[in-house]
Amino acid sequence: MLRHQGLILPLTLALLTSVLWLSLRYGSLSIDTDTVWNAIWSYDPGDHRQIVVRELRVQRTVIGALAGASFAVAGALTQGVTRNPLGAPGILGVNAGAAFAVVVAIHTAGITSPSGYVWFAFIGALGATVLVYATASAGTGGATPVKLALAGAIVSALLGSWTAALLLLDLETLDQARFWLAGSISGRGTEEAALLFPIIAAGLLVALFMGRQVNALSLGEDVAAGLGQRTAIVRAGAGACVVALAGSAVALAGPVAFIGLAVPHIVRSVVGPDYRWIILYSALLGPCLLLGADVVGRVVVSPSELQVGIVSAALGAPFLIYLVRSTKLAEL
Amino acid sequence: MGRTARLCSLAAAAVLGLMIVGLIVGDYPVPVRSAIATALWDRGGEFDFVVNSLRFPRIMVAVLAGICLAASGLLFQTLIDNPLVSPDVIGIDTGAAAVAVAILAVGLDTRLLPYAAFAGALGAAALIFVLSWRRGFSSGRLVLVGIGINALLSAVITYMLVRFPVEQVSAAARWQAGTLSASSWDDARTLAVALVVLLPVAFLLVRRLRVMQLGNDTAVASGVHLDRSRMAVIATGCGLAAVVVAVVGPLGFVALLVPHAARALAGPITVGVLLLTALLGAVMLLSADLVAQRLFAPTVLPAGVVTAAIGGPYLLLVLRRFNRAV
Repeated sequence: MLRHQGLILPLTLALLTSVLWLSLRYGSLSIDTDTVWNAIWSYDPGDHRQIVVRELRVQRTVIGALAGASFAVAGALTQGVTRNPLGAPGILGVNAGAAFAVVVAIHTAGITSPSGYVWFAFIGALGATVLVYATASAGTGGATPVKLALAGAIVSALLGSWTAALLLLDLETLDQARFWLAGSISGRGTEEAALLFPIIAAGLLVALFMGRQVNALSLGEDVAAGLGQRTAIVRAGAGACVVALAGSAVALAGPVAFIGLAVPHIVRSVVGPDYRWIILYSALLGPCLLLGADVVGRVVVSPSELQVGIVSAALGAPFLIYLVRSTKLAEL
Repeated sequence: MGRTARLCSLAAAAVLGLMIVGLIVGDYPVPVRSAIATALWDRGGEFDFVVNSLRFPRIMVAVLAGICLAASGLLFQTLIDNPLVSPDVIGIDTGAAAVAVAILAVGLDTRLLPYAAFAGALGAAALIFVLSWRRGFSSGRLVLVGIGINALLSAVITYMLVRFPVEQVSAAARWQAGTLSASSWDDARTLAVALVVLLPVAFLLVRRLRVMQLGNDTAVASGVHLDRSRMAVIATGCGLAAVVVAVVGPLGFVALLVPHAARALAGPITVGVLLLTALLGAVMLLSADLVAQRLFAPTVLPAGVVTAAIGGPYLLLVLRRFNRAV
């Protein structure tokens, strides 16, 4: 474990920059560095390759980076607050809620474009998480970690079963929904991304300053309270952050479950258990994993594409297993 | 009679009651008396085909599968001491599903399906165990490796679901939801054999699990061989889950949440709590399958869809109880 966690910051930033660059360059059409550079700084609409960069790749890259950072930070907060290594936005019902809302939208309203799904997904994610918090807060002691995790698992399973029922009863909806459900950042609308951007930015900013509080919470309820922390307020704040971030991310990229789960674990095994660093590096590494997976998905079966949800799990899972095996497991 | 014994009798009565209801309701209603008579002694009557070929085997599969899943879930949750763990969370069901979806989506011979699914489940379990073994065993490592394997196999499934034509994909999606609708006496027999072998082992392991819950040092001091016991618990739990997923497909919710319900009602693991868990598993799967058959009749839903849909609200109620207790 590195004692000076700041030392790997330049390395991480370099990785992020190169992934962003790769995402602008590669796809079914490879574009050289000069053209990318010109498309950004001196745009010439006559060059069709600059149009590809400007009209497709830049948006896709920005959306992927935002979604990756949001998933990863939401995952880090969830793991800290629930003190459970299985903690991820998905466990709080975010993905199940979004998926259910989108499948209902396809089934009843016949909406078929990814940009049309955005608000359904966001509202579904929000609704499911609120339901999870409400259930977990019932009874004495408020939303303790075990109750949160259990309520999340129950609500997810419930919504998942309704989603499955709809998909089984209606072949057309299955045909439409399966591509969204795989998780993808291609063909997403710019306007929706622009509207979600302030929510994501606010969520990330607040999360970056919550490291200290999450550190105390991750030591346990009693320790945090003993240190003078008002645990209910911190938990509610972290919960609001998770909803804003994961809800926006799932609205943009679909249910990409693995990023929120794996990135915080990967980061923790390098920088240790301090959430101030875990949250920061999750925000930087989330985009790397999501965009890296997206680039690989564009290239391996070119001119077709693999959905980013598939590739991120295929790449991230072996790496997670390797880390789990090679390091002394960092306790939460 | 103790509280656990009372709860067990109640659960057993519920199992019997639901079995009888399962025999009589359907598109072709059968009077109670004739149903029981036909099922038990009066072969060859008017209702023989409906009762003995269609409904009875299906009911037995629901009972046996429910017992297997719930017992498996209790073993895992007690061993790993994490309320979110169940065989399906760490990739055992997904291993079976990856193989099964491949067969259905590609369109291979479906007679292979149960064997292939069983092999897939055990393959995933073996992989998780080997990869998480490193100079001994740690449950944290097992869970994380399991999540990794689960994610990897889920990615394979998702890939197949977007890659192949929607008609074949639909069959795969249906299998993935877990269905009892084609259950035969052969299926019931397979499950019964697994139960006869594995359930007594599970009961024998209860004492060791109780000691292990007191902490590793206490367990070692009481003469429990830790790694060997853990391996026995994991092998038993995986075996129970693998047989079910091979016969009826993945029915995720039962293994995850029935053990919670049982412990919320009767406390930490004992032989009685294991029995109660098993019976509640049967109750849950029987009632889920009844709802699945009748809710949108004549369209039959997969039971797996309903286990969650009716289990969810019920378990939210249990959770409220649990909330007051914690």
